Amino acid sequence: MSVMAHATAAQSGAGEATAKRGGWTPYWLLLPGLLWLVVFFIVPTVQLFTVSLQSQFPDYPGYYYRDVNVGNYATAFSQFLGHFGRSLFFAGLATIFGFLLGYPLAYAMAFKAGKWRNVMMICVIAPFFTSFILRTIAWRQILADEGPVVSTLKFLHVMPENGRITETAIAVVAGLTYNFLPFMVLPIYASLERADPRLIEAGGDLYANGFTTFRTVTLPLSMPGVLAGTLLTFIPAAGDYVNAELLGSDISTKMVGNVIESQFFKVPGGFPTAASLSFTLMALILVLVMVYVRRFGTEELV
Amino acid sequence: MAGNADALKNAQGDLRIESVTKRFGDFVAVDDLSLVVPRGSFFALLGPSGCGKTTMLRMIAGLEQPTLGRVLIGETDLTGSRPYERPVNTVFQSYALFPHLTIRDNVAFGPKRRKAADAEKQADEALALVQLSHLAARKPAQLSGGQQQRVAVARAIVNRPEVLLLDEPLGALDLKLRRQMQIELKRIQSEVGLTFVHVTHDQEEAMTMADTVAVMNEGRIEQMGPPEILYDLPRTPFVANFLGQTNLIPVTYGGRDGDWQRVSASGRTFQVAAARTNETSGALALGVRPEKVRIHETEPDGRGGLTSVIGPGTVADVSFTGVSTQYLVDVPGFGRWGVFEQNLDVERIDTRVGDTAWLSWDAGHSFVVTGGEELHAGMETIDEAAP
Amino acid sequence: MTTTTAARRADVAPAMGSPLQRVGRWIGDRFAMIVALFVLVYLFVPVAYTFAFSFNNYKKSNISWNPEGSPTLKHWQDPCGAIGVCESLGVSLKVGVIATVVATALGTLIALAMVRYRFKGKASGNFLIFLPMATPEIVMGASLLTIFVQGFGGIFELGFWTIVIAHIMFCLSFVVVTVKARLQSLDPRLEEAAQDLYAGPIETFWRVTFPLLLPGIVSAALLSFSLSFDDFIITSFVSGNETTFPKFVYVSYLRGIPAQANVIGFSMFVIAVSLVVLGQIIGNRRKA
Repeated sequence: MSVMAHATAAQSGAGEATAKRGGWTPYWLLLPGLLWLVVFFIVPTVQLFTVSLQSQFPDYPGYYYRDVNVGNYATAFSQFLGHFGRSLFFAGLATIFGFLLGYPLAYAMAFKAGKWRNVMMICVIAPFFTSFILRTIAWRQILADEGPVVSTLKFLHVMPENGRITETAIAVVAGLTYNFLPFMVLPIYASLERADPRLIEAGGDLYANGFTTFRTVTLPLSMPGVLAGTLLTFIPAAGDYVNAELLGSDISTKMVGNVIESQFFKVPGGFPTAASLSFTLMALILVLVMVYVRRFGTEELV
Repeated sequence: MAGNADALKNAQGDLRIESVTKRFGDFVAVDDLSLVVPRGSFFALLGPSGCGKTTMLRMIAGLEQPTLGRVLIGETDLTGSRPYERPVNTVFQSYALFPHLTIRDNVAFGPKRRKAADAEKQADEALALVQLSHLAARKPAQLSGGQQQRVAVARAIVNRPEVLLLDEPLGALDLKLRRQMQIELKRIQSEVGLTFVHVTHDQEEAMTMADTVAVMNEGRIEQMGPPEILYDLPRTPFVANFLGQTNLIPVTYGGRDGDWQRVSASGRTFQVAAARTNETSGALALGVRPEKVRIHETEPDGRGGLTSVIGPGTVADVSFTGVSTQYLVDVPGFGRWGVFEQNLDVERIDTRVGDTAWLSWDAGHSFVVTGGEELHAGMETIDEAAP
Repeated sequence: MTTTTAARRADVAPAMGSPLQRVGRWIGDRFAMIVALFVLVYLFVPVAYTFAFSFNNYKKSNISWNPEGSPTLKHWQDPCGAIGVCESLGVSLKVGVIATVVATALGTLIALAMVRYRFKGKASGNFLIFLPMATPEIVMGASLLTIFVQGFGGIFELGFWTIVIAHIMFCLSFVVVTVKARLQSLDPRLEEAAQDLYAGPIETFWRVTFPLLLPGIVSAALLSFSLSFDDFIITSFVSGNETTFPKFVYVSYLRGIPAQANVIGFSMFVIAVSLVVLGQIIGNRRKA
């Protein structure tokens, strides 16, 4: 537990620093954690970027040399543009559905649940603890061709005899929506809970119309939560490959995550392409987040 | 270091502030301030919000360090030492009781940190002093505001500090409770005999409680002394306006006659006791407290004597407050004057709005301060700072 | 008093407007709650499914319900019966505990610095903490993979410790955010009061700041553990031959997941929920 020792050392150092020069205390407190982030987040990201420019030794798949091979990006784009588009599209849909399902839940928890508030809170978090892979596989079985949902729909003649849900985009988006729903609910709930219910009542008195009150008072009050929730849903959804793998088909529903995963592990010599895809995905999402935060956000993100 | 720490902890004597300045960036919160608070006295720092009084208090506590100057107790220099090294305790404005500790543990916190063997016993005694022994096992959230306030006092007093600092300690209480606590705090102070430094923006509170009041404005002390003297003879328009109400009119200096000075305004000459004339050059203002002014329905005799008269004016407002009746009278050339007339008679003087009236006062009651732009200093701030 | 006014209002309100409007208002008042309950059921469907299939008396694979075999308790009686289930669970628990302890400690220190001090470079620090949350897991996994394989002079071999390192990294930001929120609602005067009452910086921290911060630290630790325990994507990139519980389930999916995995998955759910409920009860009792 050398890290813990490190932490305590930082702490006692902090004490002395306050006594003499308060200016150093925050840096001591930050040092171990931020160092961790620099070494295991920033440095690897830089490494990922250099790998994305590496070239393969001809005839030796799996061996690379340092290079500035922008061609990797060209290959990545020309071959996998569709996967990028699909990832953003699916993630966007999952975010919208997550918002539509999550907002009423968060709202009910904050204003309608009364003493049941904590119980509902536990219910939102609890499914987390059953492994997310297990739950996704459960969905696969529930939505399977012989599963209860498809059989019922077929029995009701809502769905044609040869229709199916798994192996389609519907199943993938449904899985993404399901998996990241708690990330949508919790931040919205947190910001609604902080809002003063009297403000919303006052809004009700002013407008009398429930929807107008919601649009002009409640929603703006919960905007920081909505912002955090949509980001926390969209970002992991855009990079996910598990839902597409377990619920989707082999070709038509693959997302960029699936490509990156298989380029790394299944395609010999796929490292540079995988790295350029990953790096592009990261840059793309960062730009989207920046634009989004500029447009709707508050200054304080974290 | 150990010797130094002991010296700090055992420092005794008067609290001395020596030319202390505190800057936050470009803003000067406290400006070259010096004062001595005699040991065992009840001292009040009075001023509007933002005048630097709380910053001064925090520098005595050690929660802020002065940019320049020194803070001493007796001969021991406290400057640069940390709050936990000083024989000084604070009653915070928001009380800052530890929500996770019981009342007894809150009060015993200080003695325990100083490794007192009988910390619990000391705490119980301090709680008895503020009459809260029966609540010792409760948590702060279960107490009323007044009770929390008394716990905060007990938690500070239990340490028998050389100096006890009170930062607007009664600000959150309602008027009745505030009056009650003012008396209570005075009783405690005389019982324990510690030096109390009380910060407040409430002039009445400062005057009822303190032996000595220092009026602060924009980082400086405008005037310091016993409350009666501050009220009776303010040295600046700010003090005159901030401590109660004052009629202030711009005047020009006219020369001296033995014990009296002459000043004039709008063609009239007034006499002011030489001892009550703070300035004789520059822009001057003549001040008379409203309760020292009398109102007359006919022109009173007294011109040339030691009674000063102005008028005729028009009564603009009459308000009956029970003990007294307050009039506002517009006198051409002298502006709007306030008059407090005590209701000594059962039959009231029948003066109404629109009536003609003359005003008079005993020349010995008036005073002269610097005038000019400062004439209204401390007036608006009163309304702003009042709870 | 409030109940009577509320009741009166409820009496008066429906009296206004047409019957159609009344129905509309009735639904409007309960709309959020109805949707909420529906969503909660939706959240629990796969959990219930996992639970049900832990009793499946299947022959070859636990994909569909075997109508011939009657429900059985045999998987619950022998949760380690399938090869690798309990080993992977052990790995996940160990990774989770280490990552949680380290990330919570480091994250709390960062939160303290961010809330209690003003210093140069704070904005960049905040941005650095925000970055991992704005980065998809697959990118973090990919970059860690490239650096563990190609960089750092090859001192890291993919396995248990690389998983721990990665988990600490992505839990850290979530800990900072959680503890920061709690710290921001804490009155700094309390710390000043402690200092004023002769507590030095270290004593102030342990006697005042820490106890008051504890609920925030506990929820940060819980969050951290659940994120670590449930992580699959990053783990799959940096784990080498080591197998965590989610990875075990994912890998055995093609062969058919043993019902023991359902037993363990559902047990974790029950344990976690009981812990949270217990924490709530203790918290409420302390408040009273």
